[in-house]
Amino acid sequence: MTTTPTLAPSSPVSASASVTARRRRPLRSRAYTWFRAIALVVIVLVFVLPLAWMLLSSFKTNVDIYDAAKTLVFTPTLENFANVLGRDNYFQFIFNSAWIAFASTALSLVVGVPAAYAMSRFSMGRSAGVVLLARIIPGVSLLVPWYFIFANLRLVGGYSVLILSHMFVALPLIVYIMMSFFDSLPEDLEESAQVDGLTPIGAFLKITLPLSVPGIATSGILSIIFSWNNFMFALVLSGANTKTLPVAIFNFVSYASIDWGGLMAAAVVVTVPIMVIALFTQKYIVSGLTAGATKG
Amino acid sequence: MSVTTGLAASRRKTFSDWANRHRKWLFASPAMIIVGLLIAIPLVWTIYLSLTNSEGSVRADHDFIGLGNYAAVFADFERFWPAVWRTFIFAGGVLIVELVLGMAIALLLWRPFRGERWVRVAILLPLVATPVAVGMMWKLIFDPNIGFANQLLGFFGIPAQPWLSGEYTALPTVMFMDIWQWTPMVVLILLAGLTSLSEEPDEAARIDGANAWQRFWYVTLPLLRATVVVAVLLRSIDALKTFDILYATKGKGGGAFHEVETLNVYAYGLSFDYNEYGVASAVLIIFFLLIIAIMWLITFRRKEKASK
Repeated sequence: MTTTPTLAPSSPVSASASVTARRRRPLRSRAYTWFRAIALVVIVLVFVLPLAWMLLSSFKTNVDIYDAAKTLVFTPTLENFANVLGRDNYFQFIFNSAWIAFASTALSLVVGVPAAYAMSRFSMGRSAGVVLLARIIPGVSLLVPWYFIFANLRLVGGYSVLILSHMFVALPLIVYIMMSFFDSLPEDLEESAQVDGLTPIGAFLKITLPLSVPGIATSGILSIIFSWNNFMFALVLSGANTKTLPVAIFNFVSYASIDWGGLMAAAVVVTVPIMVIALFTQKYIVSGLTAGATKG
Repeated sequence: MSVTTGLAASRRKTFSDWANRHRKWLFASPAMIIVGLLIAIPLVWTIYLSLTNSEGSVRADHDFIGLGNYAAVFADFERFWPAVWRTFIFAGGVLIVELVLGMAIALLLWRPFRGERWVRVAILLPLVATPVAVGMMWKLIFDPNIGFANQLLGFFGIPAQPWLSGEYTALPTVMFMDIWQWTPMVVLILLAGLTSLSEEPDEAARIDGANAWQRFWYVTLPLLRATVVVAVLLRSIDALKTFDILYATKGKGGGAFHEVETLNVYAYGLSFDYNEYGVASAVLIIFFLLIIAIMWLITFRRKEKASK
């Protein structure tokens, strides 16, 4: 009873305020919608155009690349790709990149997933720190000793040393992502499986592991991408036949005058496979890159 | 027969019991041993090398010279100190720009809109592109004679710039490349943080009459602090260690005037282009301590804030 009189006079005011708000908001939000649409188009162009430029140039002859008039209109040629893939042994380098990325990721998953599980379930903060320290340390500060240890073991130039060095990148990544994945996986499932007669390890293998497939996919794909893109380790530790694609592309520039068409074709050869994989596995990559971000 | 299988079974059972009891270390140790060995032995070796005059080949004779390399490095105002400043200019510069741009783009993407999928694809592309290839791509675009960048400037009547080949323009140019490649990472992290925020504080502020900027500054940003710290942490780790784009576009020594020679490029060059292992190791240890100190500062501040 007492509230009604106080409400009554104020209600017309609030009603009129909400009317003006309703009248004003669509206008402001329409302006914002336009602003946002334009801003987003600009952003997309900034991120995509350079890559499109690289792709266009890879189909141009060097004469056309030098001709500003032929920026968009030119006769496309596959000559650059034929040169790149025909010369040296680019198929070998493609194989090397793929094999090293695959092997280092697979091995890192085998040791990294159980480690992340243990570190998540038993809150081994300090031990996790050891693995994650590898994420912080500059790789170059380990490369000199690595080079000499592996040279003495006669391993430099072989696949094993490259796979091992790429595991140095992959393992911390996988442990980091899988730890935050296991943190979000309820423990009850394993406990009830143990009540049903499974051993703790059995519960991990039969219950937890199948449930972690999305996390394993996320960390695995991301690890493959980072290994494929890695440059420094292979630059020092690879031999003539175990070069990876980024190193092969880098060697392109050492020629006296740069064969821009060939260089762009080589750049396309290394980026396109990884981009195709990325497009099909978008949501895994995004969840991997943002792992742990929302929890802080 | 049955006795032996029984024995084997019981042995298997004891092993399984043992494994289950010790699964914590059984699971964790392989990864820790691999990473530990890959870090510990090299680090001890690098510390040892930094105290010797090793050069040419590590197997060649070298003498123990104490802290001589460190003294020489700290007295080196021609290569070392400029490299230190460049490292901080590069990392600090890209970090600030990437955070501001990343936040702006994340806010634009926050509310759902049509064509969202395509924008997300566009943002993912630079992130997964191979850095060396990205460097080569920009090297063509920024070529002083035939590059698109100068064609574009010419279109607006602005004189051509030397970009990568200029003594003072090279560092900003490579910073631009890093910003192009890694701003999307900041966007993704901040967007994940934004989407996990609840609507209520924002709505409450809106009802109280706060404008968009006030709501962002006083409501959204404080709630997003933890996410921002994660973005800062991840980006500063990688920015301080940047190598691929710098070495791919400018080569040995970071160019003729060492214009993009950061600590990482400097240390790499000393080690593998000039084989000065003693001095290189001293630089590497300093670099290593510097990065650990910066990371400690960032995480320490975070813990202090969390405990308040």
